[in-house]
Amino acid sequence: MAFTVTINGETREIDAPEDMPLLWVLRQELGMTGTKFGCGIGMCGACTVHLDGVATRSCSLPIGAIGDREVSTVESLGETPVGQALQKAWLDTDVMQCGYCQAGQLMTATALLNANPNPSDEEIDNAMRGNICRCACYGRIHAAIAQVAKEDTANV
Amino acid sequence: MSDAATMAKGPELSRRSFFKVSAIAGGGMAIAATLPMASHAMAQGAAAELNAFITIHPDNTLTIIGKNPEIGQGIKTMLPMLIAEELDADWDLVSIQQGDLDMAKYGPQIAGGSTATPMNWMPMRQAGAAARQMLLQAAAMRWGVDMAELTTEPSVVVHAASGRRATFGELADEASLTPVPELNQVPLKDAADFRIIGRAIGGIDSPKIVRGEPIFGVDTQLPGMVYAAYERSPVFGARIVSANLDAAKAEPGVIDAFIVEGNGNIEELVDGVAVIADNWWLANKARAKLDVQWDNGEWADHSTAKYDETARALMASGESEEVFAEKGDVDAAFASASGTHEAEYHYPFLAHVPMEPMNCTALMHEDGRMEMWAPTQLPMNGQMSVANYLGVAPDKVEVHLTRLGGGFGRRLMNDYMVQVAAIAKQMPGTPVQLIWSREDDVRTDYYRPAGWHKLRAAWDENGKLTGWADHFITFDLGGGGFNPATMSATEFPANHVENLRFEQNKMRTSVPMGALRAPTSNAMAYVMQSFLDEVAHAQGKDLPTLLTEIVEGAEKAEGSFGFGGFAPGFDPQRLRNVTAKALDMSNWGQPVPEGHALGFGYYYSHQGYFAEVAEVSLSDRNQVQIHNVWVAGDVGSHIINPYGALNQVQGSVIDGIGQALQLAVEIEGGAAKQSNFHNYQLPRMPMVPQIHVEWVISDYSPTGLGEPALPPVIPAVTNALFTLTGKRIRELPIDTSKLV
Repeated sequence: MAFTVTINGETREIDAPEDMPLLWVLRQELGMTGTKFGCGIGMCGACTVHLDGVATRSCSLPIGAIGDREVSTVESLGETPVGQALQKAWLDTDVMQCGYCQAGQLMTATALLNANPNPSDEEIDNAMRGNICRCACYGRIHAAIAQVAKEDTANV
Repeated sequence: MSDAATMAKGPELSRRSFFKVSAIAGGGMAIAATLPMASHAMAQGAAAELNAFITIHPDNTLTIIGKNPEIGQGIKTMLPMLIAEELDADWDLVSIQQGDLDMAKYGPQIAGGSTATPMNWMPMRQAGAAARQMLLQAAAMRWGVDMAELTTEPSVVVHAASGRRATFGELADEASLTPVPELNQVPLKDAADFRIIGRAIGGIDSPKIVRGEPIFGVDTQLPGMVYAAYERSPVFGARIVSANLDAAKAEPGVIDAFIVEGNGNIEELVDGVAVIADNWWLANKARAKLDVQWDNGEWADHSTAKYDETARALMASGESEEVFAEKGDVDAAFASASGTHEAEYHYPFLAHVPMEPMNCTALMHEDGRMEMWAPTQLPMNGQMSVANYLGVAPDKVEVHLTRLGGGFGRRLMNDYMVQVAAIAKQMPGTPVQLIWSREDDVRTDYYRPAGWHKLRAAWDENGKLTGWADHFITFDLGGGGFNPATMSATEFPANHVENLRFEQNKMRTSVPMGALRAPTSNAMAYVMQSFLDEVAHAQGKDLPTLLTEIVEGAEKAEGSFGFGGFAPGFDPQRLRNVTAKALDMSNWGQPVPEGHALGFGYYYSHQGYFAEVAEVSLSDRNQVQIHNVWVAGDVGSHIINPYGALNQVQGSVIDGIGQALQLAVEIEGGAAKQSNFHNYQLPRMPMVPQIHVEWVISDYSPTGLGEPALPPVIPAVTNALFTLTGKRIRELPIDTSKLV
């Protein structure tokens, strides 16, 4: 089936079965491999994208269910002030080990700070609990988010 | 070696020698101190390759090869730091390129066993120092001065007497024509002059990762590439009988489906069905139509419950099939003891579950070459396995190393490489990317072996250990060629007790087993340090005191050659130092908050000494809460990259906490019961404690950090819970219902 979806501000024509998850459309129909496959059942968060700004598991979102909602992915993260600030904080804090889950971590963290620019430690924990980091860089992910929150980027 | 590099310039310049990988007694590998140099001059104004690792460009930037697989341990950043240090390069001018598999050129390319630091500490520095010597020689010739009058500043050669300066980029072309120095004779820097070693440097690929750029194996994209899924039996050891290939082929997007016959080696290729489609999701979905019939043979009734029942009966019987370590008279020691203690311990099978699922991309060229893009920890083993399977020489299998989304020992096995080769072989000219689902990953892993121990200790009137015995119940090979379900004959405190007996039984199994981060140690530390804590309490003292007494008067042990080359023997002073530091850091012995308790654990593995203290409490809902972990570690004279080092320790501690609290793979009906992250529950952010890390700096050559910080945290937690509740944790994962 043919679908028209807005991804990172661009209109994309996609020919795929309507039940194909957005993750596999992104990675293998469009060649956008920044969004990662981790579990396929929405349990790990590696595939997190934004759907109208809301953190969403692309492995469990059929392409046919998107409609006119806008998709944004890690590839466009640097185009927003919060995304850019988080990318910088991630590097300043040397967050990652293998790095495979980090696209999803960053997308979840961006959605958190867009909705709540000054989260408490507990709010950060709760927002991020859906994202697994097998290397367990959790302390650094938390610290990087807290750093951006402190800088108040989202309110600038 | 590239074609350009083989253009000899004369007898002296054509002299090439390499890191020689030689098999040594015990089946290990060591690097001979010979030179990896491949000196050659390129055209004027082009980049100059000074040796296999270093290319200097005319604009003074330089490219350094990172030779080892990067699995998140930071090696792609760290090994080039060693080269850049001795080259005296300006780190801001360095870019790093991943080397493909070419051990003749680069030496060992391994991510495993925390071996990269000890194996490469000297060779990488020597490679950098040798190139620096060549730059100095070039400057000496250009300026007509003695080399001894020259010094370097980062990426600049300086002649202080005349005030002349030349950048490495300006000298590189001439340097590539100078004689190649002998590696073991190049002068190395004094540690006091280090500018890069010891500096916290972020991961070299991290900027690409935060932008979502394609650098992992599964991000590989080739023109015309198709995707493969592989259906294999959930029951280990099963053989294929039939499959409905036509039904799968009729599914949308499916290009082909065919049966692949295993080669009888579970570490390479087991029976299965390949489904090929133009999108992996479609290939994977079509598996449901295959209706595969399997012959499960004798294995379908195997289960964790059956193994546990058998193991408990064997321990109760006291009848073992093999004594694998014995000294003194252990029975007499128990008969004459002032005190004795015994307990049974058990730990489960564990899966590795790196975040990037198993995958590999392969292209069978029309000329018979197999080209592969492989996220693997042991690329040369993958190359050999694929070559063996295809019946070709290893040099017909070209392996590009991609970044790995985690390893943890899973990718020491290269079954997914052989699988994709078997598929790509059927479709010459078409690149194929094999991807496993998470269910494939959890259900067909090479698991950390489960194990059972019946431990006994005896001591005299002074509390000195006089007898030590373990009846270990483990498994046979599980169909594989490498058995990690073993225990060392010198497992601590064996070397410090006069009367000893270690004996074992091996149960038959078809469950594949392999090395999980800190293999054997991740289980033994829990068992031995928990039981030693029991002994300490029985004697009215604490575990750090008992450990210190056990090694009282002990000498440094002899060193030995192992997998990673020469390793110094156990040094009791390093145990004392990390123990003292951890106690100091944690205010051991001082009051703790109401409802909290501290526990201690120590372990020596992969040449690293770690002592750790955990502070725990139980929540209102009886969940274990870990508030703080204090870690003292001794891995030698230098922490090469403090960023990466700290990250490894923090990750190891949380990894160990996950094993202590909530991870187990159970076998039912001959298959793994767990299948994905809903029932194999990794640690998540809210359960992460504060982790405090301090280093004990010793005179030893630096060693690795991928593993040794993991084992001791598990007994630190179990021992803390005993102090809190009075209940011993003799099975993992911790069942909190037994704590109240």
